[in-house]
Amino acid sequence: MMFSLSFNAQWVLLSTLILGMAAGIMGCFAYWKRQSLMSDALSHAALPGVVVGFALMGTKSLPVMIAGAAASALLGALLIQWIRSSSRVKEDAAMGIVLSVFFGLGIMLLTIVNRMPGGNQSGLDSFIFGQAASMVRKDVYIMAGVALLVLLISIIGFKEWKLFLFDPGFARGLGLSSRWMNSIYMAVLVLIIVIGIQAVGVILMSALLIIPAVSARYWTNSFLWMVVLSGLFGGGAGMVGTYISTLGKGWPTGPFIVLAASSLFLVSLAFGVRKGLLVVYLQQRAQKKIHVQSMSHAQATERGR
Amino acid sequence: MSYTGWILLTASLVGLSCGFIGVLLILRRMAMMADAISHTVLLGIVTAFLVTRELSGIHMLIGAIIAGLLTTVLVQWFHERGVQQEASIGVVFTSLFAIGVVLIATQVGNAHLDVKHTLMGEITFIPWEKTHIPWIGEVPEAVVMLSAVLLVVMIAILAFYKEWKITSFDPALAASLGIPVVLMHYVFMSLVSVTTVAAFDAVGAIMVVAMLITPAAAAYLWTDRLGIMLVLSGLFGVISAILGYYIAAWLDTSISGSMAFATGLIFMISFIGSPKHGVVAKWIRPQMLSS
Repeated sequence: MMFSLSFNAQWVLLSTLILGMAAGIMGCFAYWKRQSLMSDALSHAALPGVVVGFALMGTKSLPVMIAGAAASALLGALLIQWIRSSSRVKEDAAMGIVLSVFFGLGIMLLTIVNRMPGGNQSGLDSFIFGQAASMVRKDVYIMAGVALLVLLISIIGFKEWKLFLFDPGFARGLGLSSRWMNSIYMAVLVLIIVIGIQAVGVILMSALLIIPAVSARYWTNSFLWMVVLSGLFGGGAGMVGTYISTLGKGWPTGPFIVLAASSLFLVSLAFGVRKGLLVVYLQQRAQKKIHVQSMSHAQATERGR
Repeated sequence: MSYTGWILLTASLVGLSCGFIGVLLILRRMAMMADAISHTVLLGIVTAFLVTRELSGIHMLIGAIIAGLLTTVLVQWFHERGVQQEASIGVVFTSLFAIGVVLIATQVGNAHLDVKHTLMGEITFIPWEKTHIPWIGEVPEAVVMLSAVLLVVMIAILAFYKEWKITSFDPALAASLGIPVVLMHYVFMSLVSVTTVAAFDAVGAIMVVAMLITPAAAAYLWTDRLGIMLVLSGLFGVISAILGYYIAAWLDTSISGSMAFATGLIFMISFIGSPKHGVVAKWIRPQMLSS
């Protein structure tokens, strides 16, 4: 299947593979910090930054747009934090506010920029649903580079991450600064989101962080294996989805990647060895059988007496 | 009525019904559920279109209610099977939304229904699609639909005001009093879906989320009384609709985007300046106490 594609398409496939792996790994961290929907809020909040980055340069320059996206996503994260900590508005409402208001601002700016000369052909719209095919070689390098960096950060500090997620009190006792860990975590999460939005789009980027982690949860109780599996699921979904989206003309990449991920989720839900539906059903039936047998045995001895 | 007048009326109707529903959303801590439903409604609309091949109001409403309830049921179902609530919402709405987008991209084409339209709405076209109502005359279809939805929402909230209050603040007490908490949950989710889809056609998915969550959260900072919070939230919704329209006219940009932005402005003002729960008030109060 790889050989029927052009050279550029192969690069795009490879980069969505790496992106999916990195997102899958980060997704596990977000899952255990119970911040799955934070990624949704942050990816929406990145849109104004993307548009401003474009408007500043006048052309589509990925590094500037990524920087803009990162700045506005971080601003969104800080606002959520600020609203939550200094008012009685709860975190979910704070995320909803930041998500919708930033996205609204992004659409406002997008409409203005699209009216500028040359703005309409820029393919800025493809940032909403993702258009992996619109990436050029340089974009692919940047994306793959950042994704590899994220992979490295999570592998090198794996033990620290584990402590930070599951026993923050103990981590503090060991001298790990939870503030630093939190900042690194947030920075890496934002980084993954902003490099992913060109391929997957701002609306569906969160799916690539959430779905692989949830699917991996059905196969194992070990965090290490969950991270590995989630990375594999994410990478697989990224590649398969991108491949399918190249089959039709002008098909957006993001939705297909998400559908590939959700198919994996359904398979995991049905057949996963931990709490998968089939396993739970078989266990329940086996228990029922044992129960019924012991009951009838007890009845038999009672009658015999 | 003038062209601008109809647009302002449409947006105000959206602001009112979303503002009322939003209060209950905030109090029940289901803000992200509203975000999820506003996305999955797309699947309901696309499916209704593929089945009936027409874009009329009533089919879309039914499709949207089914999609909204499906979202609620699926989120609950996965949650009961060990997925975290948040993650469960994330899995369900992104998947259903992706199916909707793929169906549009592959089946529907750009002829009748496109994704951009559903995200941002086409409020500028609303005054043109008129229908005849006896006694009143020519009225845009969206205004009729939104008025009907507003009426339903108001009746539902006022008729069961006490029940909503108890189930929102103390579900355990409500259950022990014999109020059908689960049924009310699903009725509420249907109300959210209906409001979303009626507003969706006019102003698009983003503004629905902004209108549902932000004015209600702003009102939450001003008062501790449910009745006042409802009135304030509706009022904030209308103000941000009108303010948003004039910002859009001034900058010549997307109307729904500006309205979403305007709700943010109102929230920021409340967040900083509210006498009860605002940042400034909280900063001043301890100093007054100590002096």
